[in-house]
Amino acid sequence: MWNRRKEESSTPVPTSQPPAPSTLAREGIPLSTLPARNPEYESPATGSMNSSGSRTASIGKSVVIKGQLFAREDLFIDGEIEGSVEMLENRITVGPNGKIVAGIKAREIVVLGTIHGNLEATEKIEIRKDAKLVGDIRTVRIVIEDGAFFKGSIDITKPEAKPAPARQQQTAAPAPSSNPQAATPAAAGTEAKR
Amino acid sequence: MLPEPSPGEHLRPSAGLEQLFDVLQPTGQRQVLDLGEFTQANVTQIIGLGHRLTFEDVLGMVDNVFGPGDPAVVQADVTLSARFLDAILQFEPETFDAILVWNSLEYLARHLVEPVVERLHRVLRPGGVMLVCFRADIREQATLQQSFRIADTRTLSIHPKGHRPAAHMLTNRSVERIFERFASVKFFLSRDAVREVIVRK
Repeated sequence: MWNRRKEESSTPVPTSQPPAPSTLAREGIPLSTLPARNPEYESPATGSMNSSGSRTASIGKSVVIKGQLFAREDLFIDGEIEGSVEMLENRITVGPNGKIVAGIKAREIVVLGTIHGNLEATEKIEIRKDAKLVGDIRTVRIVIEDGAFFKGSIDITKPEAKPAPARQQQTAAPAPSSNPQAATPAAAGTEAKR
Repeated sequence: MLPEPSPGEHLRPSAGLEQLFDVLQPTGQRQVLDLGEFTQANVTQIIGLGHRLTFEDVLGMVDNVFGPGDPAVVQADVTLSARFLDAILQFEPETFDAILVWNSLEYLARHLVEPVVERLHRVLRPGGVMLVCFRADIREQATLQQSFRIADTRTLSIHPKGHRPAAHMLTNRSVERIFERFASVKFFLSRDAVREVIVRK
């Protein structure tokens, strides 16, 4: 019985405020030490680097988190999350074992697992084969693989205009609608993928 | 001229789609409900016109609730049938301007078809249209299932999608009967086994 308690206490406990990325980078500590299970699904190896050179944190499939999750680095979730997830400047990947009951706000969202909640991405959402998603989607672009289950509505939004430098603001700011692709959101907002 | 089909894909002109998009063409955002699979093609075509698209994959929900198997057997379960009906088409009345019903009614047991169609009638706005596709030869190819996508506003893209036992066969007469509470039911002739119907409320 005592041994069992020791085991439980050694289980990583999620905190409301994740450690700063610089701390993770220095110490090389991922949120989970579980090894990658299926490289095909971009499951990051412990302390792995993503394409942009920054570290991708990983939540393994035995991890359950209830509450609010904020992050300032890319995140791979193969466990269970209940609450809300917000990482406005980064990419979140819900792995094939991931089960999320939460709204997710991120720069980019990739779904291979199951999500009950609304998704909001400032750049792109990818729904992969075998993903199950119940909730509404709001994004600039969307990529859908055949075979996913989806129940909800889709809103394609225009990309947020980046603030222009002060010097340009004093002259003439370009109208956002001058871009013909932005004027037709879905034409710009969807990517074919079969 | 039809676009070049991909391997396994069958492209065909669709008078039903043409009529549906005639309704969707006028300016202003319309609400469209797609009861089929979640496909990139349909998202691109509908949202490309500036409309709002909602998906409710009826057959996916059948699989989730009843599991695989002969619909006459698995869908006979009263508890599961109630759970399915609790989960499906729970929208506010008169929400949608157009509804796409890709061959799904023939895979629902008869006791589920009537409440589903009643809800379709409830969530469709007055003057709204439904495009209903079904296979006329389901007796001959009892388990052939197809996936329908919008190639463009006049063309349907049909993909084979394995096998699935149908619950019953739909005929023109039975389709008329199913949608008798709607204002009009218009059939389109086609050379293949796929029947298209435009139903107006």
